[in-house]
Amino acid sequence: MEYIFSLEVIYLIASVTFILGLKLLGKPQTARKGNLIAAFGMSLAIFGTIFLYKSEVNNMVYILIAIAILIGTILGWLIAKRVAMTKMPELVSLFNGMGGASAALIGIIEFPHFNQEPLLLMTIVLGMIIGSISFSGSIIAYAKLNGSLKKPIRISGYNFINNIFLLILLVYAFSLGFGWLQAGWHVYLLFFMAILYGVLFVIPIGGADMPVVISLLNSFTGLAAAFAGFLYNNMALLTGGILVGSAGTILTFAMCKAMNRPLANVIFGAFGDVKTKAISSS
Amino acid sequence: MDNILSFFSENLQMVYIVILMIFVGVEVIGHVPSVLHTPLMSGANAIHGVIIVGAILVMLNADPNNYFALGLGFVAVLLGTLNVVGGFVVTDRMLEMFKKKK
Repeated sequence: MEYIFSLEVIYLIASVTFILGLKLLGKPQTARKGNLIAAFGMSLAIFGTIFLYKSEVNNMVYILIAIAILIGTILGWLIAKRVAMTKMPELVSLFNGMGGASAALIGIIEFPHFNQEPLLLMTIVLGMIIGSISFSGSIIAYAKLNGSLKKPIRISGYNFINNIFLLILLVYAFSLGFGWLQAGWHVYLLFFMAILYGVLFVIPIGGADMPVVISLLNSFTGLAAAFAGFLYNNMALLTGGILVGSAGTILTFAMCKAMNRPLANVIFGAFGDVKTKAISSS
Repeated sequence: MDNILSFFSENLQMVYIVILMIFVGVEVIGHVPSVLHTPLMSGANAIHGVIIVGAILVMLNADPNNYFALGLGFVAVLLGTLNVVGGFVVTDRMLEMFKKKK
């Protein structure tokens, strides 16, 4: 990947605006400004990538990108502007899921291109499964907040089964990442398994705990973006992703603290005594 | 093992960035009032929409005759845009509400 100085400068500026934006978002007086600064940096990074990255690309590709961005902008803008104030958390979850899906798709497309490079293959595979989990988990969280999925599902031994499934998923992912399994269809099976795990992960958790789960999935998507940054040697992706990954994790813990419950309790604790404790403390 | 070691020395800069960024993220979020938790989550959500840059790179690098990659890339860019635009607009609306309440 060739090095383009002006584009690198743009990515540097974008990274700084992300940090600055998050910092300003932490104070009530400056929060709105922080959001706008981060949005500015983001547009800079997007348009910089489109116009500076390569000169000899088929025009059709540019047209496709322009159409995708146009549709996405109009749709995103309309949905975000029209939704009722009370529905905002579920909308955040939905948009988070879109980001996760985007990361998963990048993994699926790039997987066949890096068959000979085990470490890059690993970043692709990890980015893809994290993105997929974030996608399906966010959709379930959205459905729960929406009211379409009301009751937390409880089966005894659920956590055990779930963790075994996660273990299988991880072993499979690593054997793909090391290049032991070469056939192309493995990546699709892995994709569906990760999607399934995201569903299983969120389904037992009650609706009241969804904000914490969304925050956790949010940091997952950040991580997926960071893996893509590794893959492309792209600083804006790397810094933005890691920043959201770590900030999101800390935010998740802060939210748990505000609810007076440890994180493990929220994720694994949809059973018996935990529930009563949560009710009595509130 | 050799693989990992050579990876480390080749990408030392990136490893540094990752570690420093983790600390920056932790520092930036520390001591935020709990009223701002949701807008902050939403803002962070919009920022990880930077994945759209990756999606655009996929499309720019794709072979113009590979319709499968171009199609999936198109969807990826579309979803990434939804994440970015929707994320920032929702955050702005949340903060607007916040201001009125004060």
